[in-house]
Amino acid sequence: MAMTEAEILAGLGEIIDEVAGVPADQVTPDKTFVDDLDIDSLSMVEIAVAAQDKFGVEIPDDQLKDLKTVQDVVDYVKRSEVSA
Amino acid sequence: MRVTQGRAGARILAFGGYQPARVVTNDELSQAMDTSDEWIQARVGIASRRVAGPDESLADMAAAAGGKALAGSGLSPEDIDLVIVATCTPEAPIPNTAATVARRLGIMAPGAYDLNAACAGFCYALAAASDSVRAGSATNVLVIGAEKLSQWVDWTDRSTAIIFADGAGAAVVSPLAEEDDAAGIGPVVWGSDGDLADKIIISDRNSFIHQEGQAVFRWATTALHPVAKEACRRAGVDPSELTAFIPHQANLRIIESIARRLGAPQAIVADDIVTAGNTSSASIPLALSRMAERGELPSGSPALLLGFGAGICYAAQVITVP
Repeated sequence: MAMTEAEILAGLGEIIDEVAGVPADQVTPDKTFVDDLDIDSLSMVEIAVAAQDKFGVEIPDDQLKDLKTVQDVVDYVKRSEVSA
Repeated sequence: MRVTQGRAGARILAFGGYQPARVVTNDELSQAMDTSDEWIQARVGIASRRVAGPDESLADMAAAAGGKALAGSGLSPEDIDLVIVATCTPEAPIPNTAATVARRLGIMAPGAYDLNAACAGFCYALAAASDSVRAGSATNVLVIGAEKLSQWVDWTDRSTAIIFADGAGAAVVSPLAEEDDAAGIGPVVWGSDGDLADKIIISDRNSFIHQEGQAVFRWATTALHPVAKEACRRAGVDPSELTAFIPHQANLRIIESIARRLGAPQAIVADDIVTAGNTSSASIPLALSRMAERGELPSGSPALLLGFGAGICYAAQVITVP
C-alpha cells in the first residue's frame, strides 16, 4: 500500500535524525539539505541507503545530486512507489 | 613425487611500521586548494598525513617497516624464506619491490613477490603468507604493505589530495608454536567486484588517482559489514569477543559505520587515519604496529582485520594478537 506524504515525511525525519543528528521536527518540506540542515554529500548517501531499507525505493547516486530539499526526496519516494 | 608436509596453522610474531618524516597538515593543503581543516575533518576524519621525501622510495619505506617487524620477531634475516610486498604503487613494473627489500634486509634468496589488491592488499598478503606456511612452502614469511601514493595524487585536486598518503607496515608470519595452539591467523573471507572497477582508478601512467567518493562510500557502508561478520563466524569468534577492529583506514566515517554495524562493543577501533591519512595497503599493518607500540592490543586476544578498496577487492580475517 502506498504511503501518504505525511508518512514519508515522518519516516524521512527519523532517518535524518539517526544519520545526521538533526531533530525530526526540523525536517520540514521546504528545508534544503546542504544549506538549512547542514547535511553533506556522504550523509546524503547514508540517507539514501536508509531510505531504501525503510521505503523500498532505491535512490542512485546520479539521482541523489538533484534532490536538494526534503520535499524533493518525498516526491521521489512517492513517484517511485507509484511506478514500482 | 613427494609433496610438502603441511602444518596446523600460522601466526603473527610481530608488527613493524614506518612513516615518512614530512607531516602535511590540512592548513597546508588549504593554501594550495579550496578546502579547510574543518571540511576535511568532517568528510574524511584526517587531521594530518605523511608524505615521502623526494628521495624516499617505496623500497626505502618497505624495508624500514620490514626491518622493524623482523627485529620485533626475534628471528634472523636467514630465517625468512618468503617476502611478500603488497603495493599498488611500485616504482616500476620490474624489478619487483620484494626482492629489493629482501636484499636490503640481508634476507638471502627468499621467494619474493609483489601483490596488488590495492587497499585490501595487506589482508590478501597475510592470507597468502598463512597459506604458504600451512602448506609447507614457506616457514617464516615477511609480509609488508607499502605505498607511495603521493606520486599518483594531483596535489590541486581537493577530492583526493586530502585523503591519500605514504607509509609502510609489516608483519612476520610463522608456524604455530604447538599443533594444538588455538592462536593464529583465521580463515580469510575475500572477494571482488569488477563491476565497480572504475570507481577508484589510475587510468594510465600519466594519470592521477581518481575516486567516485559517493559510490565508494555507498558500497563500503553497505557491503562490508557482512564480510567482517563472516570472517568472525569462520574463525569461531563472536564479534563481542574482539578486542580490536582494524579496518583499512579509508575514511573515518566509513570506519565508524562498519564498526557500528559489526557490533563489537569491547573492541578498540583503529583510527590511525587521523594522523596517517589513507595509505592503502600499508594502513592496516601501520595501524597495528602503532596500536601495539601504545600497548592497545592485548597479547593473545582476537582482533579483526578488514581490507577493502580499488578493484573492487576486499578481504577480512581474525588474527591472534602476538
